[in-house]
Amino acid sequence: MKNLILLIPLLPFLGFLINGLLRRQLSKGLIGVIGSGTVLASFIISLYAFFNLDAIGGGQAISSSARIVGNPVLRYFDFINVGDLKVPFAFQIDQLSSLFLLIITGVGFLIHLYSTAYMHEEKREHFGRYFAYLNLFVFSMLLLVMGANYVIMFIGWEGVGLCSYLLIGYWFKNIDYTKAAKKAFVMNRIGDFGFLLAIFWIISKVHTTNFTDVFLHLSSFSTKDLIGITLLLFLGATGKSTQIPLYTWLPDAMAGPTPVSALIHAATMVTAGIYMIARSNALYSLAPITLNVVAIIGAATALLAATIALRQNDIKKVLAYSTVSQLGYMFLALGTGAYIAAVFHVMTHAFFKALLFLGSGSVIHAVSGNQDIRAMGGLRKALPVTYTTFLIGCLAIAGIAPLSGFFSKDAILLSAFEHNKILWVIGLLTAGLTAFYMFRLLFITFSGTFRGTEEQRHHIHESPAAMTIPLIVLAVLSIVGGFVNVPGVFMRGGEKLTAFLSPVIPVNEGAAVSHSTEWMLMGLTTAVAVIAIVIAWSRYRRYKEEKETPLARTLENKWYVDELYDAIVVKPLNSLGKAVNTFIERGTIDAMVNGVGRLVNYGSRQLRWLQSGQVGAYVLLMVISMVLLFIVQFFLRK
Amino acid sequence: MDIKYYIFLSVALFVIGIVGVLTRRNAIIIFMCIELMLNATNLLLVAFSKMHYLAGKATNATAGIDGQLFVFFIMVVAAAEVSVGLAIIVMLYRNTHSVDVNFLNRLKH
Repeated sequence: MKNLILLIPLLPFLGFLINGLLRRQLSKGLIGVIGSGTVLASFIISLYAFFNLDAIGGGQAISSSARIVGNPVLRYFDFINVGDLKVPFAFQIDQLSSLFLLIITGVGFLIHLYSTAYMHEEKREHFGRYFAYLNLFVFSMLLLVMGANYVIMFIGWEGVGLCSYLLIGYWFKNIDYTKAAKKAFVMNRIGDFGFLLAIFWIISKVHTTNFTDVFLHLSSFSTKDLIGITLLLFLGATGKSTQIPLYTWLPDAMAGPTPVSALIHAATMVTAGIYMIARSNALYSLAPITLNVVAIIGAATALLAATIALRQNDIKKVLAYSTVSQLGYMFLALGTGAYIAAVFHVMTHAFFKALLFLGSGSVIHAVSGNQDIRAMGGLRKALPVTYTTFLIGCLAIAGIAPLSGFFSKDAILLSAFEHNKILWVIGLLTAGLTAFYMFRLLFITFSGTFRGTEEQRHHIHESPAAMTIPLIVLAVLSIVGGFVNVPGVFMRGGEKLTAFLSPVIPVNEGAAVSHSTEWMLMGLTTAVAVIAIVIAWSRYRRYKEEKETPLARTLENKWYVDELYDAIVVKPLNSLGKAVNTFIERGTIDAMVNGVGRLVNYGSRQLRWLQSGQVGAYVLLMVISMVLLFIVQFFLRK
Repeated sequence: MDIKYYIFLSVALFVIGIVGVLTRRNAIIIFMCIELMLNATNLLLVAFSKMHYLAGKATNATAGIDGQLFVFFIMVVAAAEVSVGLAIIVMLYRNTHSVDVNFLNRLKH
C-alpha cells in the first residue's frame, strides 16, 4: 500500500520525464497517451486510496499520537536531518488530502484529455514540452497535498509556482506572455516568502514541521506566535490563491493556453492556499484575529473581483476574475470557521470552473482564436454541446438549485450570516454580481447574431470528441457534485462531506441557525441570482454597444489596481534600480575595472614608440644605457 | 711602450666602431664596425695580458694567460657571428635588393 501511494505522484513525474526528454522522438499521439495516461493511472490509484483510507492508516506503523488525530502518515525516508530537526519525506493520506487527490487527478485527467485535441496544432516538440509541463504541474500539486509536513508541502508549493511560470509563458516568443508569466512568478514569490517565514517560526517553536506533531503541541505557541504564524501562512495563501493584495497575476495568467488556465484555476495552484489553511485549521481556530483578517480580505476580494468581471470583454478574463471572486468566497468561508464549506466549494468550483474554462477554450477554438466576446454572438446553434455545458456551468456558478454551486455557496453564506451580517451582505451582493456577469458572458457569446468576420463564420464548428467528452463529464459533475453535502434542512444525514472530513476538520457546533432562517437565506440567495440573470437576459439577449460611463471605464480598467501597483511599487523599484545602475554599477565598479584597463592601455601606448623597428634607435638606446650604467657604477664605487 | 698608448688606440677604434654602428645604414658597414669594436677589445685584452705577464713573471709562470685565451674566444665567436650574419644579409638582399637596416623596420609588423 505504501508503495502504491508513492506511485500517485511518481507516475505524473515519470510522464514529465518521458515527455520532456523524448519530445522530439515520440509522436503526438504517444505524447498525449503518456501525458493523460499517467494522470489517469494516478486517479485510479487515488480512487483506490480514497475507498481504503482505513487500510492505509491501519497497515502502517504510525505513532500513537497520529492515531489519536486519525492521520495516517506514510514515511519514506529522512529528507532533512539536522540537529534536533528531522523532516521526513512522508505523505499524509487522510480524508482531506485524499479528497484533493481525487479533484487534482480527476479534473486534471479531463484537462489533459482535452489538451490532446486543443493543442493539436502545435509542433510536435512543443506539444511534448506542453505535456511535460502539465505533468510536472500535477506532480507538484500532488506533492503539495500529500506532504505530511510543511516542508514537503512547500516543495510542491514552489513546484506549482514554477510550473505556472512555465505554462503561462508557454508561448514564450510573445513578449507580453513572458511578462505575464514573470508577473505570476514574482507575485507568488512574495507570498512564498511569508509561507517560508511561517515555517521557520514553527520550527523555532516546536522543532518539527509534521502536521500531526505541530497540532499536538499547540500549547507551545503563545497567542502572538499563533497570530504571526497564521498571518504569514495567509500571506502565502494570498499569493497562490490570488487574494488582495496579490491577485493581479491571475487575470494576466490568461496568456497561457486555455487548458492551462483551467488547470490552474480549477484543480491546482489557486486551491493550494485554501488547502493549506484548511490543513492548518487547528492553528487558525486559535487565532481569531487572523480569521477575521482572512474573512474580510476574502469578502473584499470576492466583491472587488466580481465588479471587475462585470465589464471585461475577454472571455477568459471574465472567468479569471470570476475565479478570484470565488476564491474570495472560499477565504470568507475559512475566515468564518467554515473550513468544510471552503473545501466543498473548492470541489464544486473545480468542476464548474474547469467546465467553463474548457468551454471557453472550445469557443475560442471554434472562432479561430478570437477571445473578444464583442466579436462573437449567435454561437448557440453551431456549438450545441459547448453551449449546453457552458449554460450548466453558468447556472452552477450562479448558485441555482439544485446544481453544485448552490449547495457550496449556500453553506458559505450561511456561515457568514452566523458570523457577521456585513460579510453576509457582501457575499450576497457578490452572488448577484456573479450570476449577472456569467450570464452577460453567456448571452453575449451565444445569443443574437454572429458579429465576427465572414471567414470566421465559415470556420465555426463543434469541437472534436476529445474536447466535448471532458465538457460533458464536467457538466454532469457540476450538476450532481453538490449532493455530496446536502444541508440538513433538505435531508437528514445528507451532509456526507462534513461527516467524511470531520476526523481532519472538527465540525463547528456553533449557534445553529433555525431552519426557517436557513430557508429564508436560501430563498434570498436564489432570488438575487434569478433577478440578476433576468436583468442580464433583458440587457444582453440582443447585443448592443454598452454605454461608456466613468464607472464602466473604471471597471474595464480593473479599478486601476495594476496602475496603482505600477506607481507605488514597480516604478520606484525601477528608478531605484536605474540609480543603483548609474551610480554604483557604472560610477563605481565599472569605473574601477575600466580604469585599470584604460591605465594599461595608456601606458602601452606611451611605451609603443620605443619599439619603432629602427635598428639605429635600438642601438643608440643600448649605447646610452650602457654609458649610464658605467656612470652609475662609477659613482656607486666611490 | 707605455700601456696608455694601447688604451688610447683601443678607445679610438671602439668609438669609431660605435659611431659607425649608430650612423651608418648599410648592414655590411655596421657589421664591419662591430668587428672593429671587437678588435678594439681584443687589442686591450692582449695589451693588458702582456702587462700582467711582465708584472707577475717572477712569481707566476702563467700570469696574463687568460686575457689571451679570451681573445681566441672572441675571435671564434666573431667568426661564427660573421658566418651567420653574412648569411642573413645575403638572404635579405635576395629578398629586398637592399641592405638598408632602416628599410627592415617592416619586420616589426
